[in-house]
Amino acid sequence: MRLTVNGIEQEISSPPLTALLHVLREELEITSPKAGCQQGGCGTCTVLVDGEPRRSCLTPVALVDGAAITTLEGLGEAEALSPVQAAFHNRYAAQCGFCSPGMIVAATALIERKGGPVERDEVLEALGGHYCRCTGYVKIIDAVVAASRGEVEPIADLPSSEEGEPDVLVKGSPA
Amino acid sequence: MAAETLVPRSIDEAVQLFGDGDGITVFAGGTTLMPEIAAGRMSPARALLLHRSGLDDLRVDGDVIRMGPMVTVATLADGADGVLARFARQVGDGEVRAAATVGGNLCATAGLGAQRGDLGAPLIALGARVRSTGKGGERTEAVEDFLAGDRSGRLVLEIEYDRPTGAWSAQTLRRRHAHSYAIANVAACSSGDGIRVGVSGIGPAAVRCRSVEQSRNADEVSKDVDPVDDAVATADYRRRMLVVLVRRALDELESS
Repeated sequence: MRLTVNGIEQEISSPPLTALLHVLREELEITSPKAGCQQGGCGTCTVLVDGEPRRSCLTPVALVDGAAITTLEGLGEAEALSPVQAAFHNRYAAQCGFCSPGMIVAATALIERKGGPVERDEVLEALGGHYCRCTGYVKIIDAVVAASRGEVEPIADLPSSEEGEPDVLVKGSPA
Repeated sequence: MAAETLVPRSIDEAVQLFGDGDGITVFAGGTTLMPEIAAGRMSPARALLLHRSGLDDLRVDGDVIRMGPMVTVATLADGADGVLARFARQVGDGEVRAAATVGGNLCATAGLGAQRGDLGAPLIALGARVRSTGKGGERTEAVEDFLAGDRSGRLVLEIEYDRPTGAWSAQTLRRRHAHSYAIANVAACSSGDGIRVGVSGIGPAAVRCRSVEQSRNADEVSKDVDPVDDAVATADYRRRMLVVLVRRALDELESS
């Protein structure tokens, strides 16, 4: 089986019924999709399959053989965040951050599909299956609406690790 | 042990690989099977994956709507006839609906602590027929008969119903939450032949309510269905609320 993950073609050796989630996390070591409930109920494992948001925990990898997969890592980089990532950062839409990968990926797909500003109720519909157990929903919805309107202030400086703190290996994931 | 996976490239090949269904686990969208596997409650030995089988055709054939089992719930939510679209929209959330299929919804049995298969009710109300294969070969039967049988031994090939001409009503009792399973669903359709009433979410499969159809009396629903207890609701609560939901459905048909 083959997948194109964040633009890079990958040969997959996991068994065919392995959840796409575990192929990404364990075989490819792409860890932004989180193993939350693993029952399709929380949304933090959501990735884009050929541009459409899908629960990677519910997707046997064989069903997406040949597809293009985009995870949070494929949306932006620490130095060049995507509009939704930047809006999440600027508007404090991430608390513990565990739900952010799925929220951001699904919100990005919504804005892409709409091709312009989105309304709050459209965000509620698109993110209705995504849980934030910090219950930070208001700021998340604000951030998605702002990103869709291009109201994302540039970030001058991302916080860097302080002297003495261990360097964090950033593979593009804020979580 | 990794499962043997079979990926048929045509309907004929799918039928042949399914055979009499013994020892085969059919994967449509994966949305009900993958949680079972993740939780260690299921470990398929042989898996038949239908995503390349060509069973996803949806077409209008004169006055008959025909769909393959791989038509997604999202497709039905967006474009099916009123009562079916209405129930399709309450399945999971958009991402789940995009993967989930009508065939999977019809074949899903009860989950852990909750009933599945919302679409059984509207398909019963629409008078749908199911063509399936398995032991004894191919057969076409009313959806309520298909649901009452051993679904695990059947491979759904097509679901069809006549274009609806009359009024419909959809009544659902559930918690207001994207992933909450319904406590009870009632779908009702009227046509020149009378009315049809289907109930889902109350047991392992949807049920047709013939007593209600004949009597037009909501209290008769207790003769048609025997609800179960689960984590979502008690059988007693379902029994009481079904009478209310059926009455509302009958009233709505009456007044439209």
